[in-house]
Amino acid sequence: MIRHVWALAGVLASTAAAMALAIIVVDEETRQILTLREYNTRIVVLGTTLLGAAAGLIGTFMYLRKRAMIGDALSHATLPGIAIAFLFVGDKQIGPMLLGAAISGVIGVLAVIGLRSIPRIKEDAAIGIVLSVFFGIGLMFVKIAQQTHTGNQAGLDRFIYGTTAGMIKQDAQWIGATALIVLLGVIFLFKEFRLICFDQQFASSQGRSVLLIDLLMMAMVVLTTVVGLQAVGLILVVALLIIPAAAARFWTDDLTLMTLLAGAFGSISGFAGAIVSARFVNLPTGAVIVLAAGCVFAFSMLLAPHRGMTGTLLRRVGLSRRIGYQNVLRALCEMEEEFGEGIRVGRTSLLEMRSWTGSTLNRLIRRAVRRGDAIAGPDNRVGLTRSGRIEAQRVLRNHRLWELYLIRHADVAPSHVDRDADLVEHVLPPETIRELEHALAETTQIPPSPHAQGAVP
Amino acid sequence: MSTTGTKTSGDTNTVTDAAGSLSTHHDPRAPVSIHDMTVAYHRKPVLWDIDYAATEGRLVGIVGPNGAGKSTLIKASLDLIPKASGSVRIYGKPYKKQRKLVGYVPQRESIDWDFPASAVDVVTMGLYGRMSWWLPPRKHHKEQALHALEQVGMADLAHRQISKLSGGQQQRVFLARALVQDASIYFMDEPFAGVDAATESAIVALLNELKARGKTVLVVHHDLQTVREYFDDVLLLNMRVVACGPTKDVFTHENLQKTYGGKLTLLVEAAEAIARSVRGGP
Repeated sequence: MIRHVWALAGVLASTAAAMALAIIVVDEETRQILTLREYNTRIVVLGTTLLGAAAGLIGTFMYLRKRAMIGDALSHATLPGIAIAFLFVGDKQIGPMLLGAAISGVIGVLAVIGLRSIPRIKEDAAIGIVLSVFFGIGLMFVKIAQQTHTGNQAGLDRFIYGTTAGMIKQDAQWIGATALIVLLGVIFLFKEFRLICFDQQFASSQGRSVLLIDLLMMAMVVLTTVVGLQAVGLILVVALLIIPAAAARFWTDDLTLMTLLAGAFGSISGFAGAIVSARFVNLPTGAVIVLAAGCVFAFSMLLAPHRGMTGTLLRRVGLSRRIGYQNVLRALCEMEEEFGEGIRVGRTSLLEMRSWTGSTLNRLIRRAVRRGDAIAGPDNRVGLTRSGRIEAQRVLRNHRLWELYLIRHADVAPSHVDRDADLVEHVLPPETIRELEHALAETTQIPPSPHAQGAVP
Repeated sequence: MSTTGTKTSGDTNTVTDAAGSLSTHHDPRAPVSIHDMTVAYHRKPVLWDIDYAATEGRLVGIVGPNGAGKSTLIKASLDLIPKASGSVRIYGKPYKKQRKLVGYVPQRESIDWDFPASAVDVVTMGLYGRMSWWLPPRKHHKEQALHALEQVGMADLAHRQISKLSGGQQQRVFLARALVQDASIYFMDEPFAGVDAATESAIVALLNELKARGKTVLVVHHDLQTVREYFDDVLLLNMRVVACGPTKDVFTHENLQKTYGGKLTLLVEAAEAIARSVRGGP
């Protein structure tokens, strides 16, 4: 729990810091927007931020349920409803249009579910069919609507591309109410959502109505999509369901934290998108918000320590460095075994022991000297220090234990065992070492090398 | 107990005076009894007229070739897939009313293990049925889950992300989740599939522990060599019940041949020969 608070605090603090920095750096006009001095800016920023939060929260579960693309079918399927409502009541009231959007969106989702149950039609095909057919119907009605109600073209286009230009207090209130419903829903249905996302069959064997839980989840998605249509537009609204969740997944293996992070990422995207599009009025808001989310995603993918690319790369580099280092120590230790403790070894004889290049070996020796694990004399000969010897003996012992295990229990030929042991010994966790000791009933001594004469057990 | 399943399909151990009639004949003492069950996928029958009753406190192996409907039998019994006809009773009542008595271990491959959860999170799911749906798990739930993980030898991996566990360890997480359900009858779908030797022996120990506590366990099993060793009863299945009853009576060469339709005879013989030579028996 405390971990979660810290993580969120970190996200918010870094956002606040970025904000503060931006306010200092930017020009006067942008500063006005950033500090939310205008009433309209406040409404818009509040609206998109809350929208991002709601979409991020519920999107997490759609993402984990592998249903995120149903959101896309849903949002495209709202268009016929919007256009038909427009035909009847005009652009005056937003209520009927959102209702129309919700109704035809739900019909679209039901159509996907219906098509999916037909043999030979998989979910992706069902989504593709529903999405395009409904969108096509929608475009047709939009055209008809535009011909009957003249001069209102922008009125319908905003649902397709999204704009915050006309966002009023009422819209922000709708979004706020939705965010609250989604937040409460996610809190109280957290267990159920987790269960059906992870293991639907088990959930239903436990007597859970998977259908009901799915419907509740879908209802929240419909709500979020519909209230978000005007701001983000139906083409891009699905991005807010997927991207924050996918970005959050890079940072953690904990579902609670992932959900919170997705909510935070969504709201940051909404916030940044609103600010930028308020500053540059001609940019489409939906696109800017989605691009902001894309930036968060790219940042997460590259830099998240846990599953991000850089973290993985660093761990890999770190591992190969450690392996190289341990190999040097082990080589020195084997020399000591042969010629007695405190022996100084020439680089050429070390070079012969493994297939490493001279420059690699020199670098490894320099590091060992720097860390005080080895000493290099003026004659360029290398030996172990006391601390180096302890570490080297530990490494050598692991290697020998593993070799013995491979020979005795895995029937690996003694001539091959060195190479096989080489690969794993560096990554053995302590518990495995203890198991090895147990299996081999070894003392804390270093077992003799199986390659030495007569040493093969 | 004299209610062991019969040798052939078509009649059950219970009242059979109106065989084939619509009324159900279920023994209320049987942990699970299946009557006249047919299951079809897209109108193609997978299971035909299944009649079976398990005996309490026994380990039952469900054995048959691929596509014989072994998993389907379990899933249909647990109402996970619809039945075309027939009925299933758990201690004489429909599954819907007896859920608390039933533990289920699905196939390990049926889920995506790259899910943000730790081993203990997954095991705790076995207790969701006993929690209020709107409340998060409490401390004592976590403790129960940890205890179950201990029982399957996974105590020190309790907080590891599930995708970082080996296949055998994942299987043990599933078993621990079934354990916390504290059911009377367990359905396990191929728990031995693709696990390491350590997990295999852990599962066997667990099965015997469950049996000692009077539980009934039905296990879908693939490895013919170990059937005699692991199971008291066996249910030979190939779209229909070929034979069922105590392993020593039913798990015969002849019945296996009927189950596998002769195709696998050679394989079975080879397996038996290997088993004999390993044990050094006749």
